[in-house]
Amino acid sequence: MPQTIVTEELEITGRSGGAKPPSSSGGEGDDGSSGGSALPQRVYVTGITIGMGAILMFFMALVSAFIVRKGVSNDWRAFDLPRILWLNTLILLASSASIIHARRRLAKDDREGFHQWWAITTVLGLFFLAGQLIAWRQMVAAGLYVATNPSSSFFYVLTASHGLHLLGGIFALLYVGWLRLHKLTLSTATEVASLYWHFMDGLWVFLFLILLLGR
Amino acid sequence: MSSHAHSVHHAEAPKGFIRHYIFSLDHKIIGTQYILLGLSAVTIGMILSVLMRIHLGWPNAHIWGFANGIMTPEDYLRTVTMHGTLMVFFVLTTVPQSGFGNYFLPIQIGAPDMAFPRINMLSFWVTFLAMIVLLAAAFVPGGAPISGWTAYAPLSSIGEIAGPGQGLGQTLWVVSIALFCGASLMSGLNFLATTIDLRAKGLSLMRMPLTVWGWFITACLAVLAFGVLLAACILVLLDRLAYTSFFIPGGLSVSGQLLNHSGGSPLLYQHLFWFFGHPEVYIAILPGMGIISHVLSTFSRKPVFGYKAMVYSLSAIGFLSFTVWGHHMFISGMSPYSAIAFSVLTLVIGVPSAIKTFNWLGTLWGGRIQFTAAMLFAIGFVSLFVTGGLSGIFLAQPALDLYLHDTYYVIGHFHLIMGVAAIFAMFAASYFWFPKMFGRHMNETLGKIHFWCTFVGVYSIFMPMHYLGYEGDARRYSSTEAVHYMTEMHAVYLFISIAAIITATAQLFFYWNFFSSWIKGKKADQNPWHGTTLEWSVPTPVPHDNFGGKLPIIYRGPYEYSVPGMADDYVPQHLAPELVARAK
Repeated sequence: MPQTIVTEELEITGRSGGAKPPSSSGGEGDDGSSGGSALPQRVYVTGITIGMGAILMFFMALVSAFIVRKGVSNDWRAFDLPRILWLNTLILLASSASIIHARRRLAKDDREGFHQWWAITTVLGLFFLAGQLIAWRQMVAAGLYVATNPSSSFFYVLTASHGLHLLGGIFALLYVGWLRLHKLTLSTATEVASLYWHFMDGLWVFLFLILLLGR
Repeated sequence: MSSHAHSVHHAEAPKGFIRHYIFSLDHKIIGTQYILLGLSAVTIGMILSVLMRIHLGWPNAHIWGFANGIMTPEDYLRTVTMHGTLMVFFVLTTVPQSGFGNYFLPIQIGAPDMAFPRINMLSFWVTFLAMIVLLAAAFVPGGAPISGWTAYAPLSSIGEIAGPGQGLGQTLWVVSIALFCGASLMSGLNFLATTIDLRAKGLSLMRMPLTVWGWFITACLAVLAFGVLLAACILVLLDRLAYTSFFIPGGLSVSGQLLNHSGGSPLLYQHLFWFFGHPEVYIAILPGMGIISHVLSTFSRKPVFGYKAMVYSLSAIGFLSFTVWGHHMFISGMSPYSAIAFSVLTLVIGVPSAIKTFNWLGTLWGGRIQFTAAMLFAIGFVSLFVTGGLSGIFLAQPALDLYLHDTYYVIGHFHLIMGVAAIFAMFAASYFWFPKMFGRHMNETLGKIHFWCTFVGVYSIFMPMHYLGYEGDARRYSSTEAVHYMTEMHAVYLFISIAAIITATAQLFFYWNFFSSWIKGKKADQNPWHGTTLEWSVPTPVPHDNFGGKLPIIYRGPYEYSVPGMADDYVPQHLAPELVARAK
């Protein structure tokens, strides 16, 4: 039995180039253009760009709900945002700068410098998340829960959604920094991760402004 | 000269049953999984619709599966909800795009697989999980929700007090749809990245088969729309579980109990839902439009009439679909000025739709038409698209919609254009691609019987509904008995019910044909319809990496049928110019 299976597969492989109508009956073989992976690296950049578009739509839906909900009702009560959000914002901006620096190191083939700055970025990202949790604790201490008021509801929804997406970014940073890559090259992987990281940064600044100015 | 270049590593399929058939990374297996999932969903959805029709036709009939055999008004609404949700999400959204698209898009663009096979597998299994969660809603205390597939707030947001099924059942419904959103986003991302970056050499955008265009535009819509529904789902869940007031207005009193909410906006939910919901309608139908163009051209032995116009009109419909959501909300209390804007924009969609219809007719005109089962369903699609589309023009007028909204007129309209037309596209795709998918033909005679029963059947069901709508008969009423003017129309209800039962029974032809042909149908060769696109250039069954490690080169457009001066009446896309046989 195994014998038959093997022959069958051989036959399929043998026929491979020559599906019926075309022609490879002539000279079989490589045209010289060989590549290890069937996937061009740019597809990862395309993928993350589309993913960011989808994520942006999700946040735009939440933000437009924020604007509409505030506009249609008279139960909206403004509250003072936790001060630590300013610090968190600075930390996240700094992480964007450090990821740029990490990629510069990589371009100069300084692996050690790259890993250092990549690690700094990851730690800054974790600091940001910890800072967001502290902001939540301060909200709770001020008696502002999810259901207290639509203003606090939106605060929690927007920060939690952003935090979860940023957590995904941290996993990406860890994956790129510490795991062995198979199909991706390091250059593409860092490009994809840093695109997403800058996006998370810009998105946070946008959400922070909405929360700040839309109170 | 070889017409296959770009040698890449030839990949073998994994051997184990589980890796090969269950957790497969192969787009063809995943496509088949989606199709079978959709087939189970459509079976349940159709049985539910027959139960509703039995109850409407014979209100006192005992119906199996309900307490004491009696379908209460709440049971009726549960059935409506499950029928709508299964059909819209797990059939119309799933099968034409994720099912057939997954199977044929990579082959038609000359790619060995989707760009991200793991994400592809994940999309399927999350969709599967979503369906299990949805079905579970029917078996929890309180049963399935009664709020319909649109789950309007505040009915969907205030919990058990809103009625049976609005407790745990509704929560499961929302979770299921949120999961489905995630799966559709991943799937859309995969389709887009694949089409953008993995096209074979020579396959420019304007050489892509219209099927690929359909799937591509649909994926754009999915990526932009499902995130919005996901946001709405999260807010509904918070209203239900965390007692927020996003969608629940203040001073709402339900069953004599004043709810402790303030200031929320039910209208906001409708805006979020329909911003997703209208593109969703096109997510259901655009892949069908692509498939129909493909089938009509093949069996007319003519190029698609006005290929570029088809591409531009497809894109225009996709773009406009994001600008018309308000036409679902004319009676919601929305500003009449915005209603006018939505109405005009809706009418504008008639222009690209008319371009498509005329081009389909132009494709048929003067062709050497082969009336295969697939072709009959494709022509049936055009018929349904025109009929259902025309009633849409009436509904797009705010003044008329005030009267027709929430009547059977709307039911007739959207079933014809969105439900049945898309189903016809799936039937056409099944009969057309079955030989490539399973190496065997479906039975043509059974297919034609199936077509005529279904074609006459669906018109008998849905045309009379327009008259019921003119009479003012409201949708979602479980019985005509309590309303005098509806009672007078009972004969029409009875006629529709009988037609529905006959049409549903006729689908047994399809089930029998599908499964028996899978096992012992007539063997098909590699290119039984003499098609030009890449799926017909590969052996059947299609190898694991589609092209056996050698990616094709594309030399011409997708629909080169009956080219003057050629020996054959079709010139495949991948055939090098020097290999094309000329007429003597």
